[in-house]
Amino acid sequence: MKKVYINSIACISAQKTFDNSEFLDEVIIHEDQVVYAVEPVYKDFIPPAAARRMAKGIKMGVAASKMAIKEANLKNVDAIITGTGMGCLRDSEKFLSGIIDNNEQFLTPTSFIQSTHNTVGGQIALELQCKGYNFTYVHGSNSFESALLDAKLQIELDEAQNILIGGVDELGEHTTKLHKLIHHIKEEKVTTNTLLESKSSGSMFSEGASFFVLANKKQESTYAEVVSVKIYNTLSQNEVSELVLSFLKENDLDIEDIDAVVLGNNGDFKFDGFYNELTSTIFNNTQQICYKHLFGEFNTVSPMGIWVALKILKTQTLPEILKLNKKETSSYKYILLYNQYRGENHSFTLLKTC
Amino acid sequence: MSKGIAITGMGIISAIGNNVAENFQSLVEAKKGISRISKIDTIHKDEIMVGEIAYTNSELEQLLDLSPDNNYSRTGLLGVLAAKEAVANAGIKDINTYKTGLVSATSVGGMDMTEQYYYEYLESDRNYKYIEGHHAGDSSQKIAEQLGINKSLVTTISTACSSAANAIMLGARLIKSGQLDRVIVGGSDCMSKFTINGFKTLMILSDTYNTPFDENRKGLNLGEAAAYLVLESDAVVKAENKNVLAYIKGYGNANDAFHQTASSDHGDGATLAMEKALQVAGYSAKDIDYINAHGTATGNNDLSEGRAIIRVFGENVPEFSSTKAYTGHTLAAAGAIEAVYSILALQNNVIYPNLNFKTQMKEFSITPQLKLKEKTLQTVMSNSFGFGGNCSTVIFSKEQ
Repeated sequence: MKKVYINSIACISAQKTFDNSEFLDEVIIHEDQVVYAVEPVYKDFIPPAAARRMAKGIKMGVAASKMAIKEANLKNVDAIITGTGMGCLRDSEKFLSGIIDNNEQFLTPTSFIQSTHNTVGGQIALELQCKGYNFTYVHGSNSFESALLDAKLQIELDEAQNILIGGVDELGEHTTKLHKLIHHIKEEKVTTNTLLESKSSGSMFSEGASFFVLANKKQESTYAEVVSVKIYNTLSQNEVSELVLSFLKENDLDIEDIDAVVLGNNGDFKFDGFYNELTSTIFNNTQQICYKHLFGEFNTVSPMGIWVALKILKTQTLPEILKLNKKETSSYKYILLYNQYRGENHSFTLLKTC
Repeated sequence: MSKGIAITGMGIISAIGNNVAENFQSLVEAKKGISRISKIDTIHKDEIMVGEIAYTNSELEQLLDLSPDNNYSRTGLLGVLAAKEAVANAGIKDINTYKTGLVSATSVGGMDMTEQYYYEYLESDRNYKYIEGHHAGDSSQKIAEQLGINKSLVTTISTACSSAANAIMLGARLIKSGQLDRVIVGGSDCMSKFTINGFKTLMILSDTYNTPFDENRKGLNLGEAAAYLVLESDAVVKAENKNVLAYIKGYGNANDAFHQTASSDHGDGATLAMEKALQVAGYSAKDIDYINAHGTATGNNDLSEGRAIIRVFGENVPEFSSTKAYTGHTLAAAGAIEAVYSILALQNNVIYPNLNFKTQMKEFSITPQLKLKEKTLQTVMSNSFGFGGNCSTVIFSKEQ
């Protein structure tokens, strides 16, 4: 089986992450329960006339995909695989409110077209003129991991050499209101510095796009090797540690081999217990890392955890703001990531320096 | 040549039947399920025709024995019903005996409920339960739960109208690579005001019965449906002495990279998808005995697909027909619906008529199969194309 490498990264998030020469050099301390992406100058990536017609999710996705392809030093890829929890949500909201407000009259097709979940993947194909395999996964917090798993399979089985994968979601005003109503978004204001310790339900919501080129060959730009990725629809809290142990065993690793664990804590006291289960037991002595206090929570935020892990592996540095505990780890070889959302759609991703 | 992946069970609910047997009966009796819309109150009701499923949501809830506080969208309800039939058909008693996953497709997801309560949510908490059922992955999680699939690989694909074909494709690859021993694959989409109005603005809805591959075609009829297949590894088939219904022999996905909603004039993406599928199967064009075409009856699709078929098959185009005149276009479910029809064609050695056809298209000379035809079939090719330039082909075969 071929090994799978990540040869480039691109991230547009609620932090200034689109410049790959930096690694959270300046951190934005959020002070709200809904935080928006810091966007790059799009005209560097998309002609302004085209950008004006694009939804935010499409713009973020197309720009991030072009950054990733450039860093991998490619002109094109064999396949494009995208993950999105909600697709271009603002257009879905716009089209639906149009239907209701005007009793199904005076509608135009643009927002309907953009509301289709695979719009970002299709637009990237159009921009790159990439006629290869093009899939979009829409499975909650495992949307991106499904794309990662699919790409990894194709490279391992030698069906493709370079694959662009990404996760993208945008905030929509009405949906944000609804998620506040059901307390998936915190009722009270919360900050980057307090989110992880908050004792209430819900999280800080955000948006963004993360794209990567996966390849079968190492090159100068390579960040890491994807050793393994597993997804689970359900898990109970008391099964998590046991599962991690068997996951490590399958990869011939012990707990001590893991230099850092990147966790999806999002400050929701009802569900962070899944992570505490690991940090208080088997990873008690391991460097623990969190990132959602910087990036917020949304269906495709987990690739931002991967972005963090890849930056650590490549630079061998760990910004203080990401540390959940204080360990004196000097070198990073293996990083394990664990994510879930509201107790469902769990993922484990294992990365290794190369 | 790669070995085919065994299909050991199937289930379906569509406008022409509530299970596999009813669907097959309608297909051979040329009984279409297209009518005026009855379950959604839309101002377009006199200008469109649809393929609706007779059951109401509460009838479906009763059939599935759901508690009154459930938050199933109609997509979820239809999906569970079809997936349960597939699992029963495969003779599975305990789903966890083998490593079993689910790959489901949908485009509508929980939009049917969201569009009913969109503003009401702001006024009253009565229907809050549906808020978290909106996203596309929700119906898949519910189907997995109802089938007893826990702690396993469950995911959802949404690539518009090729979604379920892509779910079948991923499922086949998950078995081939040894990630899973067994996987339930398919798709579900219910009717919604959102999709009716969306297709209406694109001006591709017919005001009468849809007529695939007809010169005077006026557009598509929307349909709602769900269908699922059970795929199993050779090891499971052998250990359980399973009856294999057919094999997934080839598959291919390509992107037209032409336009967000229209297909290229000469069907570049469609041609690539068919060629890839033939290549994976180790077949050449002459090995295909019947094509179940995408054939939505829009001006653009049927011309582009017809030309692509000619590009792939040249002078020797096998019998082809679209079954959209029976069911309407069932969007993300279509690839699974037509997979079930393809397998039934192989099992019964029949080719279904392309209903409602009157006038030959002038751009080419190929004509769909117009009468039910008995023919020994070894292979069937099924096409599904979607927005975003997404083109998919799956090839089913009798022999592995």
